[in-house]
Amino acid sequence: MTKARIDDRFAALKAEGRAAFIAYIMAGDPDLEQSFEILSGLPAAGADLIELGFPFSDPMAEGVPIQRAAQRSLAGKTTLAKTLDLVRRFRRQDAATPIVLMGYLNPVLNQGFEVFAAAAAEAGVDGLIIVDCPPEESGPLADALDAAGIALIRLAAPTTDDARLAVVARRTSGFMYYVSVAGVTGTKEADEHTVAPAVERVRKASGLPVAVGFGIRTPERAAAIARVADAAVVGSALVDEVAAALADGTPATPKVLAKAAALAQAVRTARA
Amino acid sequence: MNATSPPNTWDAYPDVNGRFGDFGGRYVAETLMPLVLDLDRAYAAAKADPAFHEELNGYMTHYVGRPSPLYFAERLTQHFGGAKIYFKRDELNHTGAHKINNCMGQILLAMRMGKTRIIAETGAGQHGVATATVCARFGLPCIVYMGETDVERQKPNVFRMNLLGAEVRPVTSGTGTLKDAMNEAMRDWVTNVADTYYLIGTAAGPHPYPAMVRDFQSVIGTEARAQMLEMEGRLPDAVVACIGGGSNAIGLFHPFLADEGVRLVGVEAAGHGLESGLHAASLTGGRPGVLHGNKTYLLQDPDGQIIDAHSISAGLDYPGIGPEHAFLHDAGRADYISATDEEALDAFKLCAELEGIIPALEPAHALARVGEIARDLGPDRIVLMNLCGRGDKDIFTVADALGRRI
Repeated sequence: MTKARIDDRFAALKAEGRAAFIAYIMAGDPDLEQSFEILSGLPAAGADLIELGFPFSDPMAEGVPIQRAAQRSLAGKTTLAKTLDLVRRFRRQDAATPIVLMGYLNPVLNQGFEVFAAAAAEAGVDGLIIVDCPPEESGPLADALDAAGIALIRLAAPTTDDARLAVVARRTSGFMYYVSVAGVTGTKEADEHTVAPAVERVRKASGLPVAVGFGIRTPERAAAIARVADAAVVGSALVDEVAAALADGTPATPKVLAKAAALAQAVRTARA
Repeated sequence: MNATSPPNTWDAYPDVNGRFGDFGGRYVAETLMPLVLDLDRAYAAAKADPAFHEELNGYMTHYVGRPSPLYFAERLTQHFGGAKIYFKRDELNHTGAHKINNCMGQILLAMRMGKTRIIAETGAGQHGVATATVCARFGLPCIVYMGETDVERQKPNVFRMNLLGAEVRPVTSGTGTLKDAMNEAMRDWVTNVADTYYLIGTAAGPHPYPAMVRDFQSVIGTEARAQMLEMEGRLPDAVVACIGGGSNAIGLFHPFLADEGVRLVGVEAAGHGLESGLHAASLTGGRPGVLHGNKTYLLQDPDGQIIDAHSISAGLDYPGIGPEHAFLHDAGRADYISATDEEALDAFKLCAELEGIIPALEPAHALARVGEIARDLGPDRIVLMNLCGRGDKDIFTVADALGRRI
């Protein structure tokens, strides 16, 4: 399994002729049980892949929504081990939807790369995105993930030139994540006209499907990006639904899943 | 001992990847990687360019006021009854601290690179003031990120920055201290990649910052070494500096690294005491991890989450330390000890009363350990301490701690 689950999913979607909708949620937000409910409901809501964030105290690439989600998660004492427990429980009911963990290096480094990779593979994790670990620093992590059969998914950005793209693509598997805007998550808006040639460039350099994220908040944006990329990632807009539910004193799960369903629908019909 | 420095094999660090042994590196988001690599190239070119040094030296002499004096602290020496105590008077620099040494170097580099907008983080506000100062001097817009907790406890420096034309943006994310200010500055940088130069104030962050800040601050140690040879005809037996991120300490230590007979001592902030858990002593009470672009010793919980530092001194209130200090610590070349808030306050008062110098709370931590170091060494020996900042900014904090109203 593992990497293969990501490859299978993208192959199937390619056959269908549509892009993937990737939903990002934060483990333990607003609490572990509700985040498990959300996670469990995402495939039925239309998420083709799931990015499960694990919290870090100092998320330097995140805008306010995901920063606050991490703070809520940490206030509930979410750990990396508890994040893996969520994946383990999810796998009992869903063997097909790929799960990619996304976060920052220190909690993983703290656990030890080999120990983490083995535990993550056992739990049913398929891929890992570490925001603050560029190729130059990721040799030991890549070795550990390779040994466990987990995909290391790297980010490419608008500042990444062609020479550097080759460096970024090396040892990346599963898919490439294109950061569509120079900025933090959930602030600027991705523009499909500038994203399209970038996606082509990244696809060519890596030979992998290209997911686009960081600047997609609405079904309209998601559809526009789904026309030019292999996947559209939405995070901040989903996490905002958790914040809104907390503000209203209502359950978070239905709000998040309704938003996810609207985004998924937009992605699914984008090329129709 | 020779008047010229012996060959310094420690100069081999960092390596081309920005590594000091296992520490340092470039742990930043991909969006910033090309910028960090570009900065590395630009700094290497400037470093090799005599015109850059000539320009920098001119401003150091006529604007910053270097060299700063080396001063024999006679009454403190008598008080402790041990080795002779010398102060390197970096509190006499323009803006009142060592921070401007680095800011002057980096602003000239930023202009060489064609950058038109400067951002910085600040804790106590000394680096913010120094950055705002050089930005005013060279006519560049300046935005300083400062934790809202620090904005509250360092109001005079916030006002100074405003007078100098800088915009101070209070940071409310996280716990509103220096680490959060640094997170927010990184977020600004990643958003404004084309025109913005991030002027980091301490010897930490992604390569080349730790090496570059060290180089610009090494003027402290280079001057002090030469001045000591001139005044005493010999090198000191011990060299002492306070450590938050560690920029004044690495600037003082680095020119002495190859002088094996010189003991190097860094003093971290022990806050309410190491056993209280409320401290800022990353080397003494932390373990290696990755934060703010580099691998180094960090205060962290069992799950790798960063723990808030605590110190009465906002300038030492940081849960990490520059990677070169982590390296010198593990290599055994420098010793790292600590002083509590209370010990620093006592040293602060002692220095004012005996030497007529009101030190910043940061070097007061170093001074809190200098007495015992001097006594252990005994008479006829020499201890050199960097008095890296003056205490005007701290009078409200000190009055508060002493229960007085001003």
